[in-house]
Amino acid sequence: MIKVLFFARIREQLGCDGLEIGFRENMANLAALQASLIAAHEPRWEQVLNAPNVIRAVNQQLADLDHPLSDGDEVAFFPPVTGG
Amino acid sequence: MVRRVLSIQQQDFDVARLQQELVAEEPEMGAVVSFTGYVRGRSGDREVSSMELEHYPGMTERSIEGIIDQAAARWPLLGVTVVHRVGVLTPGSRIVYVGVGSSHRGSAFAAAEYIMDFLKTGAPFWKKETGPTGACWVEARNSDETAARRWRD
Repeated sequence: MIKVLFFARIREQLGCDGLEIGFRENMANLAALQASLIAAHEPRWEQVLNAPNVIRAVNQQLADLDHPLSDGDEVAFFPPVTGG
Repeated sequence: MVRRVLSIQQQDFDVARLQQELVAEEPEMGAVVSFTGYVRGRSGDREVSSMELEHYPGMTERSIEGIIDQAAARWPLLGVTVVHRVGVLTPGSRIVYVGVGSSHRGSAFAAAEYIMDFLKTGAPFWKKETGPTGACWVEARNSDETAARRWRD
């Protein structure tokens, strides 16, 4: 199982704060997981998750799309941060 | 590892008390620099009636721990306190406190600025402002990126 979390503007645009997705062999990396999320949802998921300024994290560490995934990972998608 | 206090919380904080706790029992601490960030009532041309702060529980704490470790590796620090509020805040409310204690002022000034620069660009928090025309997510500022980058160059 992969736990997927969405924050801030991305959470609102998707209307979803997170979901769990069964881990499959074809989810070898973050790009593959993102492709299966897009394939399973309405077209706006593609626009939102493929936007140029989306930041991704795996197990609470920033990660690029080629970051490998394994069963039990926590993945997050969020916009540029604006705290402080 | 430098002594630290880190809290992500909804409730307000008392700056004097945080600073007192930072100094306590550190006989070598000769300098404390503290920064407090507040909610502005105006953002450019927009009036702000409230601001909502969201974070990523777990990653936010880890990321601030990492920033404190980096600062402590660069300067001889004796104590660091970071408190960041989340939830709905009104103009004039305190948002963030960073306190840095060291033997001398130079490292305390520098480390406080370093921690704030990386907190703004690296810790997962997001601000949403509400005003008379509705609510909108605050955009990341290039000037914040530039401020953080100068520590790497």
